Amino acid sequence: MNCRSEVLEVSVEGRQVDEAMLALVHTILLHRSTGKFHYKKEGTYSIGTVGTQDIDCDFIDFSFVRVSSDELDRVIRKAVGEFKDAMGNGTDGMGQISLEFYQKKKSRWPFSDECIPWEVWSIKVNVVNLANEQERQICREKVGEKLGEKVINIVEVINRHEYLPKMPTQSEVDNVFDTSLKDVQPYLYKITFQITDTLGTSVSTTMRRLIKDTLAL
Amino acid sequence: MDSDLSPQDKKDLDKFIKFFALKTVQVIVQARLGEKICTRSSSSPTGSDWFNLAIKDIPEVTHEAKKALAGQLPGIGRSMCVEISLKTSEGDSMELETWCLEMNEKCDKDIKVSYTVYNRLSLLLKSLLAITRVTPAYKLSRKQGHDYVILYRIYFGEVQLTGLGEGFQTVRVGVVGTPVGTITLSCAYRTNLAFMSTRQFERTAPIMGIIIDHFVERPFGNMGHMHPCNYRAPAEEEGGYTGVEDSQEVCTTSFSTSPPSQLYCSRLSYQPPVLVGAADFCHPSTLNAANPHQMGIPGKEGGVPQQVPVQPCHAAQAEHARASSCLPNDHVPAVPSGSGEDAEASSRSTDGKSVSPRDVMETTFTRKVGAFVNKPGTQVTTASLDLPFAAFAPRAYDIEENDPMVQPPESPATSSPLQGSLHSQGSGESGVPAQDDFVMVDFKPAFSKDDLLPMDLGTFYREFQNPPQLASLTIDVSSQSMAEDLDSLPEKLAVYEKNIDEFDAFVDTLQ
Repeated sequence: MNCRSEVLEVSVEGRQVDEAMLALVHTILLHRSTGKFHYKKEGTYSIGTVGTQDIDCDFIDFSFVRVSSDELDRVIRKAVGEFKDAMGNGTDGMGQISLEFYQKKKSRWPFSDECIPWEVWSIKVNVVNLANEQERQICREKVGEKLGEKVINIVEVINRHEYLPKMPTQSEVDNVFDTSLKDVQPYLYKITFQITDTLGTSVSTTMRRLIKDTLAL
Repeated sequence: MDSDLSPQDKKDLDKFIKFFALKTVQVIVQARLGEKICTRSSSSPTGSDWFNLAIKDIPEVTHEAKKALAGQLPGIGRSMCVEISLKTSEGDSMELETWCLEMNEKCDKDIKVSYTVYNRLSLLLKSLLAITRVTPAYKLSRKQGHDYVILYRIYFGEVQLTGLGEGFQTVRVGVVGTPVGTITLSCAYRTNLAFMSTRQFERTAPIMGIIIDHFVERPFGNMGHMHPCNYRAPAEEEGGYTGVEDSQEVCTTSFSTSPPSQLYCSRLSYQPPVLVGAADFCHPSTLNAANPHQMGIPGKEGGVPQQVPVQPCHAAQAEHARASSCLPNDHVPAVPSGSGEDAEASSRSTDGKSVSPRDVMETTFTRKVGAFVNKPGTQVTTASLDLPFAAFAPRAYDIEENDPMVQPPESPATSSPLQGSLHSQGSGESGVPAQDDFVMVDFKPAFSKDDLLPMDLGTFYREFQNPPQLASLTIDVSSQSMAEDLDSLPEKLAVYEKNIDEFDAFVDTLQ
């Protein structure tokens, strides 16, 4: 099975990085989260309810909808915060956040479980520094419009109804969904990022990720 | 075609489509209420949350949607549309967007109804939630309140997009294939928001939450008058739909999605005093009586969360913007056409405007205020006053002609050609020539005795109210040319170099 890969690109000002990333990641996760599964004895299951919440951005003329789950929000904010820190402050730069949805495939011992991605969203960020307040005001609006376009792109991709993992049985649910949260159940996902410094050289975290994955499993 | 579908599946599918249509309307209307929506996730299924999404049902909206559907379902050739429009308090209205739930003939026979279709409909609702925040009408709806409200209309049948103006854009929210056809949800939205000659709605909402006509003289700016529902037009909104299928009916029923009329009272009490008299764009009693479908009622029934606290903020913004242009009494006109202002303004202007004679000499004096404009009866003549004004007998030239001038506090010691033109004159009988319209008011400081000393309290006050001008800024110096300045530089530098030791010593003391 091929992994579906989508790329979104945005240019933002330094202080807009957090909100722009949150907006896009949350929009994707809204579509890739379900309610909690409750399996019944007969092999059927019922699904909990997903609430939604409007979030207004402070630095961007934009509002987005996210899943009503503080736990999930915390996790995403932490990841986005790390990305922002890695991007540095006050400098132009480019970076990329990757939101990868994967399935675990159990392997026999001694091999560890495989993580097979089925959908990867790459959000490329170009950070610019603006000189004055007027430019920032214009940027607020422009980035808001751009994010709107990205949301439409996301929705377009999702509504192609391409591959989604099959609904798992109770024993397999942890291979497909992240069941660690109390109120919602997103598909298994991981967030990674890469920073490209202004010189254009790539400081990749891929190696780190590979090692982490191997060790974690 | 339908025979391939089991009766149970058919029944389920019809139910799904019906509830999907109802939920779609709820999402769209709630997104245009003007406030942030928040619903809670629940790990335990309640059984009443269709599509596993917590979407509240506003009863009025459900009622209208059911009325529009009249027992039918969206099908091929029968689309369900939700039209969102904007109506100003003047009564002008404009269609902003039309959301269409349509079905085409393309069937997906193999799809599982109870599982796949259901989940995909759920996904489509989530997409709808996301997209409703992205179209331009969202920002407009968040700022609705005083100047305009957002209305919705549900109709069934053929899609009408002509009201959206030229160049409208379409965004597709998504599609879901079913065994009986493909459900498509899309939105056509207006891009040309140029509205009327006096009002301009930008393509995107104003940034920073400033009402777009903040600085524009509003035609209905004087909201002190009560406009009983001029934009709700209860008469036209009565009765609503006669024939649901009649898609030709245009705007017979529009229901506001702005805050319920019950908010009117709470809003008034909530808002700061500056808004008093300006906060009545809707007449509660009229609304409730005439328009039972007002969104106000859902507020009571808890259909819409947090309406009361949120809405006033928007209105407050609008109010504030409005108040600044409509309630001049609340403002002390700093500089403006101060003629005829009351004493308060005049004394204030005195502070602001009294310019020392030295200022005046600068000709930087730009403040003009008729601070001392007064009725002729109180005119005094310079000759009759034992005041330094007498020293400034009217000059022949009048640099600032006809402008109401502020009257500078004079200093007896100074005399300048410019001053003459800039001070007020007494009445004609003083022998003062030229006169401007404004007259001098004798400034009698309280508790001071008007004795004959040349420096009485009033004079003292006036004179020392402003610090003396720097010698370097005197007019003699300013008339010196730049070239002369530059020429004198080398000499100055030489002097400084000679005294360099002194400077160094001074710097050392600072450390």
